[in-house]
Amino acid sequence: MNDGRDLPMYESKAVSCCSSSPEQEEEISYVNCEGFLAGTIETAIDQVARVKAELTASDKIGSFKARWGVGRMSYAVAPGLYAVGNPTPESPVLVSANYKLSFDSLRKELGGLDLWILVINTKGINVWCAAGKGTFGTAEILRMVAETKLPALVSHRKLILPQLGAPGVAAHRVKAESGFRVIYGPVRAGDLPAFLKNDCKAEPEMRRTTFTFLNRLVLTPVEIVGLLKPLAGLTLAIFLLSSTALLVGGDQYRLLAVIAQTAQILVPFILAALTGAVLAPALLPYIPGRALAWKGWVLGMVLAVILLVGAYSNTSWLLKSAYLLALPAIASFLSLNFTGSTTYTSLSGVVKEMGVALPVMIISASLGAVALIVSFFI
Amino acid sequence: MKYRYLKDVVTLNLDQSKCNGCGLCLEVCPQQVFTIKEGLSSITDRDACMECGACARNCAPGAIYVRPGVGCAYAVLMDKLGIKGKCCGDTCGCTLEGTSDY
Ligand code: SF4
Ligand code: SF4
Repeated sequence: MNDGRDLPMYESKAVSCCSSSPEQEEEISYVNCEGFLAGTIETAIDQVARVKAELTASDKIGSFKARWGVGRMSYAVAPGLYAVGNPTPESPVLVSANYKLSFDSLRKELGGLDLWILVINTKGINVWCAAGKGTFGTAEILRMVAETKLPALVSHRKLILPQLGAPGVAAHRVKAESGFRVIYGPVRAGDLPAFLKNDCKAEPEMRRTTFTFLNRLVLTPVEIVGLLKPLAGLTLAIFLLSSTALLVGGDQYRLLAVIAQTAQILVPFILAALTGAVLAPALLPYIPGRALAWKGWVLGMVLAVILLVGAYSNTSWLLKSAYLLALPAIASFLSLNFTGSTTYTSLSGVVKEMGVALPVMIISASLGAVALIVSFFI
Repeated sequence: MKYRYLKDVVTLNLDQSKCNGCGLCLEVCPQQVFTIKEGLSSITDRDACMECGACARNCAPGAIYVRPGVGCAYAVLMDKLGIKGKCCGDTCGCTLEGTSDY
């Protein structure tokens, strides 16, 4: 993840209005910046591009596409210094990632303020992920401070960083090597105006990551997109099995009957997938237990039982066991995957829970698959 | 509300004898794991730690140890299978992005 090759597609070629480091520009090109710029301002050192402090239609369309995983990796802003409003040498400097969504969520909160934004090159990745990888890091900040001649532009020696950038940045090293003091701002961009007004002091709630019902749901579109492929594969497999069973049985092939059977067998699997990917995240705090795989398994089991005593009560015992084995495993796997979208799971915890959960899932799902296949021929 | 993951798994460690009480670990920790007690930092909510590494990285005297990592099953799985570069911003919803970091 540390060179331009991982970022194959960009929305447009590099454009001259966004200044950036020349050596990076041969490999990376950036989102066309005309949509979010509002002229330039003259400063002691150079012209600086001014950004709009509100989002336009094209920003919103771009965000929507990125959320649904369309060209997600190609959503980068050219690194460099940008102005908001009419900043002076005394104005604060905010540091941000060059992921367009991060940049947008920052600038849309800054209406009416005068300040500088130093966009560093995180290869088009958001602050939190980039900080974990170290691309939102000490070295890149030092490089961009020097490159934009920031010491000559501003009279103070303070940088305001998003708190979530802290895993990648050693504040004391930035200070030692550039003279700039790092101040960690609030977690959410929306709290920035209050933070700035309050003399750069964050209230305790500004420091907390929140993980609300809506946050948990907002993160699921990408997962839903990721589900479509395996579900299509499963549909095809069930369809072929159903067809084969009919032909082997010597019956006349009736497409409608096959489709009906496929749909009937498939529905519980789709419900299990939705249970793991949507329901489990949404109900996260209300499901007993701490491990996510467990939470998903519990819901998957509840689903299986409801189906088997309800709508699927007169299916064969083999199909019933297939559901009992496979549905909890599917829901469990998908909710385990949700660890990537939570705000509180640790690597050690994930490794521990996977060590137990993965073998169980694999065995349970495989047995379920066998039961499913056999059920067609008995 | 504050979530806590599995009990007693994290690698977080604090050596109070090196702490100078600057309080930066409290400031950067997104999970409010530390409290200042009698001028020194102490771990008061260990199970809430998500091993992001922010505290250790920003502790100038080096009083904190944690093995930093991303608590994402997909990333761990890809890593085990030896598949590189498929994470973050690509297929996963990736931590916190939806809570509008900047
Ligand atoms: S950052 Fe380090 S020195 Fe400062 S309070 Fe925390 S543990 Fe102590
Ligand atoms: S690793 Fe992150 S979550 Fe854990 S204590 Fe340190 S700052 Fe807090």
